[in-house]
Amino acid sequence: MYDFTYAKPATLADAANALTSDVEAKALAGGMTFIPVLKQRLNKPSAVVDLHGLGLAYIKLDGQNLVIGAMTTHGAVNASADVQKSIPALAALAGQIGDRQVRYRGTLGGSLANNDPAACYPSAALALNATIKTDKRTIAADDFFQGMFTTALEPGELITEVHFPIPERACYMKFPNPASRYPMVGVFVAKFPTGVRVAVTGAGQNGVFRHTAFEAALTKSYTPDALNGITTDPETLNGDIHASAPYRAHLITVMAKRAVAAS
Amino acid sequence: MPQVSLTVNGKAFSVEVEARTLLVELLRDKLHFTGTHIGCDTSQCGACCVKVDGMSVKSCTFLAVQAEGAEVTTIEGLAAADGTLHPMQEMFREHHALQCGYCTPGMVMSAIDLVETHPDGLTETQIREGLDGNLCRCTGYHNIVKAVAAAWPLMHDKPAAIAAE
Repeated sequence: MYDFTYAKPATLADAANALTSDVEAKALAGGMTFIPVLKQRLNKPSAVVDLHGLGLAYIKLDGQNLVIGAMTTHGAVNASADVQKSIPALAALAGQIGDRQVRYRGTLGGSLANNDPAACYPSAALALNATIKTDKRTIAADDFFQGMFTTALEPGELITEVHFPIPERACYMKFPNPASRYPMVGVFVAKFPTGVRVAVTGAGQNGVFRHTAFEAALTKSYTPDALNGITTDPETLNGDIHASAPYRAHLITVMAKRAVAAS
Repeated sequence: MPQVSLTVNGKAFSVEVEARTLLVELLRDKLHFTGTHIGCDTSQCGACCVKVDGMSVKSCTFLAVQAEGAEVTTIEGLAAADGTLHPMQEMFREHHALQCGYCTPGMVMSAIDLVETHPDGLTETQIREGLDGNLCRCTGYHNIVKAVAAAWPLMHDKPAAIAAE
């Protein structure tokens, strides 16, 4: 890896300043994607700004929302009694990411900011209609994800916490690649009094997306059979060595039905 | 160059490192704790697992500077001063849970974390899933799973029946 300077600021203002005063500086959250990227010399930052000193690892219940700090690890989300009680589907999702060591380090904020098209968390944020708070503003999940590895975040803008509305029922069903454990297809279904939201990860050419045809059918009738006959256009999906686009289209329906049945 | 001060196996060190130095490089190349292995170097195989402040981490995906002030435990820090093995090491020996031994230091470190974080018992399925981040290319895992199951009652001082599936 190329060398860089390292800083671990103690305040959000200092972190933001370090990142905006130097366009070549990069933020380090859990580092489970970023450190491997550095090791492969796919990125050459002048400075690495470690976010572990900012006090952003926390979980709290706030009325109808579950609030999770950006630096909270997957392991902490998985083990949290508050998450298990309010949104068990989110705790279960966190427990299926990577392996134990990755879950001890990887963070919610890092996963959302990276927006890997095969990451699990973006589907939860989108299906649960989460609100992403940054050091500058508040962004709705519908506006946040803008395509593969692309988000609404401006250079140097940092996620501070994520507000998840608590659904009546929810479930995440993932069809993992047996080697990498990344989802080949992951479907997050969330039922609210106002309707059902469905988000799909691992499959879309532009990363995570909402499945509006599924949402309409499930809002009318929240049963697996409500999805009978509703297809996903393979033209919008990824095909690769692991799964063709038509196979992924098929899996989306299967995983969505399983999620509805299990929620 | 940045200075990093940390404790490894109870002993304090303060060394200069480049910011890009990985924890595993610091442990092996600067401090000569070569029991921690580099396997895949891509955070997949787990041969480099150590404990940092009680948490199991892959030291090939952790910057040395991030260990500032941390207490690190490597495979060399498990056995007692008189050479008595840690129960997990002893059970790996007892159940022949290794062949070439390359994955063993990481496997043992990871397995100890798995047992410590499951005080109510561990099923065989939980052991297999819990060692998901550690690859062994020799054993087919069966004896490793047996060793971890056998270490659970020793580490928790409870009967073995609780650990059975």
